[in-house]
Amino acid sequence: MMRRGGLILFLALVAAVPLFPAFYLTMGSYIGLYSMAALGLVLLTGVAGLTSFGQAAFMGLGAYTTAVLTTKLACSPWLTLLIALALTLAVACLLGAITLRMGGHYLPLATISWGISLYFLFGTIPALGGSSGITDIKPLNLFGLELRGEGFYYYLIWAVCLASLWVTGNLLDSREGRAIRALKGGVSMPEAFGAGGLRLKNIVFVYSALLACLAGWLYAHMQRFVNPSPFGLNQGIEFLFMITIGGSFSVWGAIIGATVITLLKTVLQGILPTLISHTGNYEIIVFGVIIVAVLQCMRGGIWELIERFLPPKADKPIGQASELPARVQPPRGAPLLRVEEVRKEFGGLVAVKNVSFQVAAGEIVGLIGPNGAGKSTMFNLISGELPRTSGAVLLAGEAISGLKPAQIARRGLSRTFQHVKLMPGMSVLENVMLGAYLRTDDGVFAAGLRLNRASDARVAAEAAHQLRRVGLADSIYAQAGNLSLGQQRIVEIARALCADPLLLLLDEPAAGLRFQEKQELAKLLNELRDQGLSVLIVEHDMEFLMNLVDRIVVMEFGQKLAEGLPQEIRANPEVLEAYLGGI
Amino acid sequence: MAERLLTVRDLSVRYGKVEAVYGVSLSVERGSIVSVIGPNGAGKSTLLNALMGVLPSRGSVEFCGQDLAKIEVEQRVARGLCLVPETRQLFAQMSVADNLELGAFIRYRRGDKAIRQSLENVYQLFPRLKERHGQLAGSLSGGERQMLALGRALMSQPTLLMLDEPSLGLAPLIVKEILKNISELRSTGVSILLIEQNARAALQISDYGYVLENGAVAMEGASRELAGNPRVIESYLGFGG
Amino acid sequence: MDLSIILILAQDGLTNTAIYVLLAVALILVFGVTRIIYIPQGEFVSYGVLTLASLQQGVVPGTVWLLLLMAAVAALMESVRLFSEGALRDLPAALARILLLPAAIALLIHFCAPLRLPLGWQVLLTMLIVVPLGPLVYRVAFRPLADAPVLVLLIAAVAVHFGLVGLGLLFFGAEGVRTPAFSSAQFSLGALTVSGQSLWVYATSLVAIGGLAWFFGRTMYGKALRAVAFNRNGARLVGISPSMAGTLAFALAATIGCLSGVLIGPITTVYYDSGFLIGLKGFVGAIVGGLASFPLAALGALLVGLLESFSSFWLSEYKDVIVFTMVIPVLLWRSLSSVHYEEEQ
Repeated sequence: MMRRGGLILFLALVAAVPLFPAFYLTMGSYIGLYSMAALGLVLLTGVAGLTSFGQAAFMGLGAYTTAVLTTKLACSPWLTLLIALALTLAVACLLGAITLRMGGHYLPLATISWGISLYFLFGTIPALGGSSGITDIKPLNLFGLELRGEGFYYYLIWAVCLASLWVTGNLLDSREGRAIRALKGGVSMPEAFGAGGLRLKNIVFVYSALLACLAGWLYAHMQRFVNPSPFGLNQGIEFLFMITIGGSFSVWGAIIGATVITLLKTVLQGILPTLISHTGNYEIIVFGVIIVAVLQCMRGGIWELIERFLPPKADKPIGQASELPARVQPPRGAPLLRVEEVRKEFGGLVAVKNVSFQVAAGEIVGLIGPNGAGKSTMFNLISGELPRTSGAVLLAGEAISGLKPAQIARRGLSRTFQHVKLMPGMSVLENVMLGAYLRTDDGVFAAGLRLNRASDARVAAEAAHQLRRVGLADSIYAQAGNLSLGQQRIVEIARALCADPLLLLLDEPAAGLRFQEKQELAKLLNELRDQGLSVLIVEHDMEFLMNLVDRIVVMEFGQKLAEGLPQEIRANPEVLEAYLGGI
Repeated sequence: MAERLLTVRDLSVRYGKVEAVYGVSLSVERGSIVSVIGPNGAGKSTLLNALMGVLPSRGSVEFCGQDLAKIEVEQRVARGLCLVPETRQLFAQMSVADNLELGAFIRYRRGDKAIRQSLENVYQLFPRLKERHGQLAGSLSGGERQMLALGRALMSQPTLLMLDEPSLGLAPLIVKEILKNISELRSTGVSILLIEQNARAALQISDYGYVLENGAVAMEGASRELAGNPRVIESYLGFGG
Repeated sequence: MDLSIILILAQDGLTNTAIYVLLAVALILVFGVTRIIYIPQGEFVSYGVLTLASLQQGVVPGTVWLLLLMAAVAALMESVRLFSEGALRDLPAALARILLLPAAIALLIHFCAPLRLPLGWQVLLTMLIVVPLGPLVYRVAFRPLADAPVLVLLIAAVAVHFGLVGLGLLFFGAEGVRTPAFSSAQFSLGALTVSGQSLWVYATSLVAIGGLAWFFGRTMYGKALRAVAFNRNGARLVGISPSMAGTLAFALAATIGCLSGVLIGPITTVYYDSGFLIGLKGFVGAIVGGLASFPLAALGALLVGLLESFSSFWLSEYKDVIVFTMVIPVLLWRSLSSVHYEEEQ
């Protein structure tokens, strides 16, 4: 209730600003525009773990596109909006395509350069009016009616800003949004469930650029005048400061930060020059100090402080929904996974030497070996994390070697991680829902406009079903990071099950578990096998495997040492020697 | 009774919300080799990392009579504690000689003049490293890397050397050689805390042993006694029934 | 365009290159050791020039006040830390370590500034003021963030850039300055006239690079810095503290920045905010080297230097646009040729 109350208060405040003197109206409009650009940055920086200094440049691109086209070619502003967005899309796609494949710090460097270049271009190309800019931009019009007045633009800007907020919030709470939120922990987890990391990063970058472009377009028609200075690199940096102060992990951080920085700047620009008795942009000193202090003392920004006083969000109830379509599972005993003469070399080092084995439908196979035997490498070769040097891996008769993890996931392989990869701040349910990424196909647009409700409800119902199946029905709404390691491992299994796999691949599921937890895990896996699930477990703990698996494959020094029933392996002298070492 | 070099009381380590090691107490006497055995994931590496200060922990760690709380990793090195981690952490893009030289960084800072001599001693112990002194550490084989990691650790002239799975991923012959090197180190006055999955070998070269299970000490005793203990035999030295 | 113009442009380009190489080396060093994308590096260039110009006029440079201010902030932070740890008895020693040197430097400058010493001495005094600012910036702004992700360090770096530029304006005003040349000699080599100042720049840059190569290749501390850059955890395990390495890297970077400033002071007019673009051009060079390879970065710096001087002849207004747009094809090339790795946050 308190959250809703806060929201109503906020909306009332936004609506009431025009009742105050005109100065506040102008400030309010600026805050709305900056909030939009900052909102894109929240998504990019706080959520996806990337960053850009180019928001101001994209804003400038939007503003200048409409300024030039409406004044020089007399285009309709509505047409220029589309053109500006298309132009931004093209530039952002290009920058993203070039930089996003490399380490995270290349995007900011590229956007710094692009921001500077564009700023200089605005200032030097004569057709863009040089440093004095372009004047007499037409106001917006609707059915031949010119829309003027500061109040009108204020409400328009805030309507668009709040709509962006709503769309962004919706997007984050969707299939793609869950995958985007997973990016911060590295791309290997979302990719294991079919969500291509590079594609997601591009989506986020383009989305944030489009928001900035939209703000720029509004800016040009509100001001009816553009010049280069508001679109320089310093403004791009200030957007980053906004989300740092406001809080980069929440959409509300954008609005708080835009408000604080804009007001602070106005106040400081009034005070400091008289204090110092020189004119100049001395406020940047204060900004610099504040930002360093915020980063050192409260990295979550102001929103984090506010959040502390708010009651936790209400849990979304899971309603009845029709089941998601499921795969046809192969009959018990049919060959499912075939590993044929797989070899992996790192430089000159042979980590896996022509290993072959099979997993049949409905059985649990254990892949064991001492540390450094190459079983983790084998795991990564099957899941597609590493490319093989030679050999083949077939899943249900189809070659999966050479495919990317996301493609392999699509073909029915689902996995867990040795070092648990959950999103600690998200609920258990949301974590498990990510597993069903490939089972629905709502895109960004559908998600933003909330057209994905029906299918998202089906995913939630499926996730809840899987959580009940693994015995975690009570923890559905718990924060994943608050569970014990044993429970987190089981959440990972539920997430993998949510993908409706043909084969479940478990990477050292017993490592770090206590005795009790191991027994519970074994019991769960036994039940799952009885329900027809096929599992390949890579594990070090012999004791854990012995009473659980149908067959065991032993590796040592990259080679297959033995294969057979648990009791055969137990009695095999070579295995004893390898495992226990002899001197 | 010999002098206590390292005394650990009631040590607990958390990873986020998960307790990986809890309530562990152990001690190492000067001049001895102590081994810690146990299954994978029992918290052995976590324990060593906590002793080194790489991971934060609760409980008390006393080394040479001084409390190590709030002492940074680097200062622990300066006080004579040295860890060879399971991942070795060599400087792969630097030469073997540079790696060894950097092992003596704290001695260099102190103005120690005998670093050259130590380098010669390490080369004597591992002639293979001398042959490869100009090669990049990243180009060495697994066994050579392990020798380099040991050599680099010795360059700091540690009082207590902590070894995490020194035989990991090595062929049996090399394991034998490495373990022989380790037991010889004792004669140079170094005490050793050894973690090994190769329990039989570990108990063979150590004086005292601890069995770590699920993050806690399950058993301890003189190595010879542990090696004869039926439960240890069943769990770690053979499959038993 | 004839040969003589080409030669003149090439000479200009090489002079710029000599500066950009030095800056690129500093940026790679700082990034490797601390993972900080060191945007404020350029400020040390402008501080170098502005400080030297003040000394030329016999005035105590504003950077002296900055030095004292930063030391005071560092002392305050250290006091708070020791207080919260209940280790107040270490306070006097800690404060002395932080405050004595800056105070001594300030006193020295106070007496030396009005003397208008010869240029060489003034350069030395300039270094004495500006170089300690590097480690102080590290201590105050970055060291408390040592475990933060690259992204957070980057935002902090930009904030520090804002702060230092603003302080530059506060202490030096908006006027541009030029410092006297080290040599006014001119040498003719056929069609080409080489200024003594360019020779100074080339020679100093070469000596500095040679010195750095010796430092990184032969000395224990140089190797230690490389070790931290290659493997932070491994470095800690042999007793190299990351904060010691960070302090050293920032001191080196400040030295390089200040030296670059002293070298270009006689060539271009420098304002309080000029350093930023100069530093960024060093970054373009460093990006060519993937923020890791010194030789490739040097090549990148050469590319930037030449591109800049030749484009200033043909399209002088678009000079900076061309240099910064070059980043895009460079990144494309790197993206296609380099091995991709994932950065876990």
